Amino acid sequence: MVCVKRVLDPQVKARVKADGSGVDLANAKMTMNPFCENALEEALRLREAGTADEIIVASVGGGKTEETLRHGLAMGADRAIQVVTEDALEPLAIAKVLKNIAEQEDVGLVLAGKQAIDDDSNQTAQMLSALLGWSLATFCSDIKFDGDKATVIREVDAGLETIEVKMPAVMSADLRLNEPRYVKLPDVMKAKRKPMDKIELDSLGLDTANRLTTLQVEEPEGRAAGVIVNSVSELVEKLRNEAKVI
Amino acid sequence: MGNLVIVEHDNNEVAAATLHAVTAAQQIGGDIDLLVAGESCGSVADAAAKIAGVNAVKVADDAKFGHHLAENLATLIVEVAPAYSHVLASATTFGKNVMPRAAALLDKAQISEIVEVKSPDTFVRPIYAGNALATVQSSDEIKMITVRTIKFEAAAAEGGSANVEAISGGVDAGLSSWVSQAVSNNDQVDLTSAKIVVSGGRGMQSGDNFGMLHSVADKLGAAVGASRAAVDSGFVPNEFQVGQTGKVIAPDLYIAVGISGAIQHLAGMKESKVIVAINNDSEAPIFQVADYGLVADLFEAVPELDAAL
Repeated sequence: MVCVKRVLDPQVKARVKADGSGVDLANAKMTMNPFCENALEEALRLREAGTADEIIVASVGGGKTEETLRHGLAMGADRAIQVVTEDALEPLAIAKVLKNIAEQEDVGLVLAGKQAIDDDSNQTAQMLSALLGWSLATFCSDIKFDGDKATVIREVDAGLETIEVKMPAVMSADLRLNEPRYVKLPDVMKAKRKPMDKIELDSLGLDTANRLTTLQVEEPEGRAAGVIVNSVSELVEKLRNEAKVI
Repeated sequence: MGNLVIVEHDNNEVAAATLHAVTAAQQIGGDIDLLVAGESCGSVADAAAKIAGVNAVKVADDAKFGHHLAENLATLIVEVAPAYSHVLASATTFGKNVMPRAAALLDKAQISEIVEVKSPDTFVRPIYAGNALATVQSSDEIKMITVRTIKFEAAAAEGGSANVEAISGGVDAGLSSWVSQAVSNNDQVDLTSAKIVVSGGRGMQSGDNFGMLHSVADKLGAAVGASRAAVDSGFVPNEFQVGQTGKVIAPDLYIAVGISGAIQHLAGMKESKVIVAINNDSEAPIFQVADYGLVADLFEAVPELDAAL
């Protein structure tokens, strides 16, 4: 199972609403979170290598989440599950929902992006692994399966860490795990005929109440305008005598 | 109820990032205890006890914590956390890995990468690559928090005299095992704590060309960083990466060379005190955040800069 999230396109700068209630997503270009594409690409390669039999893409969200799941189907996933809610759930609640789906579907591996580029929480995969009681491998840049275990290279602050995890596991993808494939038009057409299950969040009977209340969203203070210098010597002079940083 | 700060370490030394998390705990208020989990980590516990403002250090010295595997460490945090109102760790790959696992086991939300403490239950955190700041209030009785280190000064590493208490607990989940760690074999200045950082982007064109930046960095006592584009192009390893999904840094001086200034890169460096941009494209977004911009061919400007220093 690959967990995916619909987010603001990473090339688009987020605009804060004037009333401070959040970020304005009306009419904004939305896309699949880039790290989720890496996770899905890895799953597709596992199926192509004969390691995985079937790939489910799963997401939790409102009506337009279906577009993101269709994109996942066009990339090559076999079927999709949308847990439908218009509420903005927190990572803990999302993890509870995904645990429910993973157990219902009896999946052997969950892949997710390491971080969603909208709320930048970096929590869901870790939380899901905890709730399932499964192994956890975060920030993966290389995954090799060998029977009931996998050897994973993780991108950590100091460099690269290699760990071995027992399956089943939850793994979160870093960008260097792979390069996601482009979707071709015939794949988009084919994706329209692939199965898409919709499950109402309320039907799962889970406690998905938010624990955090967003009081305000504001823009950070901007930086004062700088100057263009005309030469390296002018730059060095300003760094020495004006900014006094060298 | 008080604060518990999870100490990041390598079984020898306390990581600098932890000192910043201690400061965040000070701003929350109440007692501050530290949790050191590791193997043969007595020197870490002794150093942790000297950090200013710390009440007690709890040490779980056990082979199962030797490599800080999330599955094992989280079980210990879950046992210790209920005596506290706040559990904090630095928002490094260490904290990001283990804290959400522990939070979920406790059925608590995590508040990721706080940049400001408004009150004991209200915090500010960046979202959308730092293009928005959200003020959030937590209703959980235990607040699980990771701390963006650049927004909190480091607590003094000396001056405290906390009690050190050995504890046992946690379980070996038997799920993961550590195999190896490859650390970049260079003696360069630590990127996260450097006063000056010289970073290269796609415009550097090759890994070899980063030699120019290393030369400038050596003269300035600076660390070398890179944009995601440079890392993805294979010029330098990922641990050089500055940005939304790499390291978030705030040096006194940041020199961006051949970096266009994508949103995700700016998220990692725009808190720097002084930003210099050297780029041959005068329209590059990096110039919008630069204090000093130089529109020039970096292959001429960087050697000239090197010679002028």
